[in-house]
Amino acid sequence: MLDGFLALYIFMLAAFTGHEIIARVPVILHTPLMSGSNFVHGIVLVGAMIALGHATTPFETGLGFLAVLLGAGNAAGGYVVTERMLEMFKPSAGKPGDKA
Amino acid sequence: MSWLPTLVKACYFLAALLFILGLKRMSSPRTARDGIVWAGVGMLLAVLATFALPDLHHRGLILAAVLIGVAAAWWSGRRVAMTAMPQMVALYNGMGGGAAAGIGAVELVAHVRRALPAVPDTSPLRPEAWALDALHQVPAVAPLSAVALLLGVLGALIGAVSFSGSLVAFAKLQGWMDRRFVFPGQRIVNLLVLLLALVHGAMLATGHLELPVIVAFFVLSLLFGLLMTLPIGGADMPVVISLYNAFTGLAVAFEGYVLGNEAMIIAGMVVGAAGTLLTQLMAKAMNRSLGNVLFGSFGAAAGGAAREISGAQKPIEAADAAVMMAYAERVAIVPGYGMAVAQAQHKVWEFAKLLIERGVKVKFAIHPVAGRMPGHMNVLLAEAGVPYDLIEDMDDINPEFPNTDVVLVIGANDVVNPVAKTDPSSPIYGMPILDVAAAKHVIVVKRGKGTGFAGIENALFYADNTRMLYGDGQAAAGQLVSELKSLDG
Repeated sequence: MLDGFLALYIFMLAAFTGHEIIARVPVILHTPLMSGSNFVHGIVLVGAMIALGHATTPFETGLGFLAVLLGAGNAAGGYVVTERMLEMFKPSAGKPGDKA
Repeated sequence: MSWLPTLVKACYFLAALLFILGLKRMSSPRTARDGIVWAGVGMLLAVLATFALPDLHHRGLILAAVLIGVAAAWWSGRRVAMTAMPQMVALYNGMGGGAAAGIGAVELVAHVRRALPAVPDTSPLRPEAWALDALHQVPAVAPLSAVALLLGVLGALIGAVSFSGSLVAFAKLQGWMDRRFVFPGQRIVNLLVLLLALVHGAMLATGHLELPVIVAFFVLSLLFGLLMTLPIGGADMPVVISLYNAFTGLAVAFEGYVLGNEAMIIAGMVVGAAGTLLTQLMAKAMNRSLGNVLFGSFGAAAGGAAREISGAQKPIEAADAAVMMAYAERVAIVPGYGMAVAQAQHKVWEFAKLLIERGVKVKFAIHPVAGRMPGHMNVLLAEAGVPYDLIEDMDDINPEFPNTDVVLVIGANDVVNPVAKTDPSSPIYGMPILDVAAAKHVIVVKRGKGTGFAGIENALFYADNTRMLYGDGQAAAGQLVSELKSLDG
C-alpha cells in the first residue's frame, strides 16, 4: 500500500500537471482533448483487471467481469473516437494555391 | 521471478509518462495526431503488463471481458457519425465511471470477506459461500486501511454518479429523451438522495460494512447521477459531459489508491484536473456558471419579459446571394449545428473553394460553442476537408467583421443573436457572440422562421442589412454552388 503522504504528493503534482496541460489549449481542440482525456482515464481497465484477478467469490467475479468489460469499452472507444477526430486536423499546406 | 513485479511497475511508470506527454501533444493542432498514439501505446503497455502480474487469477475471464469490451467499443466508435461524437464521448466516459464504481464494489465486498476471517458465524453478512472460501483461501491482500476505505467509497460514489449521469446525457443527445424532467421540489429530492448516499458512504467508510448498506449505497449513488442529469437541457449537456469526464478521472484516481496502482492515480488525477478546467472553460464560453448549469433551468426563469422585436425578415434568392458573394472582397462563413445536421458542410466547403478560386478572401468564423461542444464544429469542418488555418476563433474574427463584405450564416442562430448584447432581459444576455451584424451584408440560411436551440427570437434576422435565404442547409448550399458555377458560364 502506498504511503499516505507520498500519495498525497502524487495527487497534488498530477493535478497541477493536468491543469497546466489544458491551460493554454485552443478552443478548436476542446472536443478532441476532452475525448483524449476520456481515453486516458480508460486506465481504469487495468484496475478492473486487477480487481477481477483477485476476486474469489462468484459475486466478486461477476462484478469484476462487468468492470473489466466497461473499462475495456472506455479505453477502446475513447481511443477510436479521439483518433478519428484528430486524423482530420490538417493544415492547408501553407499555400493557398492548392486549396482548389 | 522477483524481477517481474518491478518490470510491471516500470511499465506503469512508462504508461503514466506517455499519457502526460500524449495529452501535452494533443493540446496543439500540429502534434495532436501523435498525441493520441503516444497515449495509446501507454495504455497497451499498461494492459499487457497487468497480464504479467504473477498473482492474477481468472486470466481467461479477464481476456474474454477485455476482448468483448474492446470489440464492441471499437466497432461502435468506428461507425458513429462525426455529428454524434459528443454522445459517444459521454457513453465511453460513463463506462469508465461504471468500471471505477465496479472496482469500488469489488474491493468493498472483498474487504468484508477479508476483514472477518474464519469466524464461525451466524450473521447474515457472511453467506455460506464466503465462509467456505475463507476456509481454504488465505487472503492474498490485507484489509484496506482507513484512508483506502474512505477513498474507495468516495471513488465508488463519484464513479457511480458519472456512470448513470453520462448514460442520461448520452440518451438525451441521442434524442431518446428529448425533454427535461422537472417536477416541483426536485432540488430537495435530489439533495435528499445525495445526503442519503453520503450517509451510507460514511457508514461504509467507518466500518459498517454490511451487504445491504453496500447495495443501498450503490443504488442511491446511481439514482443521484440520474436525478442530477435529468433536469438539465440539451444545450448545457457538453458542460455536463465534461464535468462527468472529470468525475470519472477522480474516481479512477481514488480507486487507484485503493489498489496501490500509481498509473491509475496519476492518469486519473491528471484527467480530473484537466477535465475540471475544461469544464470551466466551456461554461465560460457559454456564459454560464457551473452552478447555473447544474441547478438552474434554462429559459424557464428568464422568460416573459423579453423585448418584442419589430420589423420584418427580408428574403433573398440564391442567385442574388451567390452574386453578392462572388463580387465581394471578404466573405465570412458562420456555420452552426444546423449545417452539420443537414450534412451541408461538404457543399459549403465546395462553395467556399469556388469563392477562393475567384479571389475572394473566405474565412470560417466559429463560435466557441458552435456545434454540440466547444470545438465540435472544427471537427465537423475538418471532416469536410476545410484546412484549420481558414478557421477563425470568435476573438480573432470579431474585429474583422466591420471590414467584411458578406457574412453567410448557415445553421447558426443563438451565437449570432445581437440581443445577447442589447437586451438584459434575454436569457442569453451577456453571452459572447459573433458580431456579424457589424458586417456590410448578412445572409442567413434558415429552414423557416422558428427560433433557435434556446427558443429565443433573433434580432439579427430583422436587421436592415440582413437577407434571409430560406431552405434546408444542404439544398441552399447546393443552389449557391450551382449559381456560382453558372456565373462563370
